[in-house]
Amino acid sequence: MITKEEVKHIAKLARLGLSDKEIGEFQKELSKILNYIEKLKEVDISNVKPTSHSIQVENVMREDAEKGKLKTKKEKLVELAPESKNGYLKVKSIL
Amino acid sequence: MELTNLTITQIHQALIKKEFSALELCQTYLEKIEKEDKKINAFLTITKDLALSQAKRIDEMLQINREIPLLAGIPMAVKDIILVAEVKCTAGSKILENYIAPYDARVIKKLKGQGVVILGKTNLDEFAMGSSTENSAFFPTKNPHDLNRVPGGSSGGSAAAVAANLCAFALGSDTGGSIRQPASFCGIVGLKPTYGAVSRYGLIAFASSLDQIGPMTKTVEDCQIVFDIIKGKDELDSTSVESNLKSEILNLKSLKIGIPKEYFVKGIDPGVEKVIKEAIKKYEEIGAKIEEISLPHTEYALPCYYIIAPSEASANLARYDGIKYGFSKAKSEKRKTKNLLDVYLKSREEGFGAEVRRRVMLGSYVLSAGYYEAYYLRAQKVRTLIRDDFNKAFQKVDVIFTPVSPTPAFKFGEKIDDPLKMYLSDIFTAPINLAGLPAISIPGGRVGNLPIGFQIIGKPFEEEKIFEVAKIYERN
Repeated sequence: MITKEEVKHIAKLARLGLSDKEIGEFQKELSKILNYIEKLKEVDISNVKPTSHSIQVENVMREDAEKGKLKTKKEKLVELAPESKNGYLKVKSIL
Repeated sequence: MELTNLTITQIHQALIKKEFSALELCQTYLEKIEKEDKKINAFLTITKDLALSQAKRIDEMLQINREIPLLAGIPMAVKDIILVAEVKCTAGSKILENYIAPYDARVIKKLKGQGVVILGKTNLDEFAMGSSTENSAFFPTKNPHDLNRVPGGSSGGSAAAVAANLCAFALGSDTGGSIRQPASFCGIVGLKPTYGAVSRYGLIAFASSLDQIGPMTKTVEDCQIVFDIIKGKDELDSTSVESNLKSEILNLKSLKIGIPKEYFVKGIDPGVEKVIKEAIKKYEEIGAKIEEISLPHTEYALPCYYIIAPSEASANLARYDGIKYGFSKAKSEKRKTKNLLDVYLKSREEGFGAEVRRRVMLGSYVLSAGYYEAYYLRAQKVRTLIRDDFNKAFQKVDVIFTPVSPTPAFKFGEKIDDPLKMYLSDIFTAPINLAGLPAISIPGGRVGNLPIGFQIIGKPFEEEKIFEVAKIYERN
């Protein structure tokens, strides 16, 4: 069973606000799921290479050059932001 | 003639012969959606104006006797996790409930180039996480074969729309079974292509090493037609691959079908097992060779998937921060969100639903300092073993047959309170995503009133062969 402190720590890493009730719920649910995935400990993985990508592809390269203008206009993307100012995204001060 | 029953080829022929116009067809579908979707809830957004203007354009071409592509004028639906320019794209989440897509996904661009008619966007589990559409932030979709049951998920809206003839075909996405399981539950055809066969540009990311877009259709032929258009290398998705593997003419006498013994174990519904066994028998009768094979790491596939998928999801979903787009608490009263961290915490707390939060938490946990090797790295190594199992099997057989889901469509509420129980819905489909293989679900039979699909798995980029094998079943 993971602890409530661990749940709080993970939630902070994940930038996820949790209510007190949820902390308890996640403690139980995550413990159950983690218990289930513990099953992988049975597998002998010595000398096995990890797969991050199921289909082998070589690194894809292209010339480092400008490729014409972006088709999607910058204004269109900025418009999607909840708050913007002079064409920039606005965020709360961090200092 | 019931217009909404027609396949793509049938519509194409009728349009050319001017038996009906693209506009008439489009209006018929829109009216049917308006009348019947109230009870099914397959659609989140209807794009009526877009559909009508696309249909009119095809009629104009037909009027001057211009040749039209096969998909021109065909009314379709799009899972609401694939971007269609200027149309809302919610991913089934409150956090994107007002998000307007600024551009077309590559697959949409290709289909628009063919002249398709886009009727609307279909419902899904939030960010494609789920097996029933019950995780949609808006409402669940119902199974057209039994309104008390789920359509499957996450592409449940697309599957239900195709099954209820509310569109001629649809697009879905599949990370652990999200095309194939709803296709099975709703009695339609659904293909998860080889990883990389179809560009993911414009698909809202869930787990990037597993996600693929694929067709959901009424027939195998339709599936093949749509796949041929959407596949191919795209420079905006560096994992996409050009593949023009043409399979040699299929000789039934030499066709070898593998049946993995690990997929026929306790827990599988006897009705489902019977349907699959009968399908296998049919192939045997017409000359295919059936071989029992072993995929020894099968039991580890699901735990492996539930490490890799949430890990990738927790990273992909970090972009929903209440700053760039979507639901945000940035503007709420000062005392609630004092600083930037508060904006993140509050926006994500209110914007994400329970399952998404669960997976983000799980992914963050297994990736956190000290646990990486024990979970993520180990899972990636097990993934290699799962892939090797399939590679070895495919040295002996051409295709592999398995069930799609251990059960027929289940009832609403049956699994939603127990995440692990819901996760088990993916037990026969998730291993295929881990190995990157192509697999189709085709209707095999019924248990009572409920359709049951069976799964045909092929070697990488051998979708053609899968289609040929699947067509044999449709014909017989």
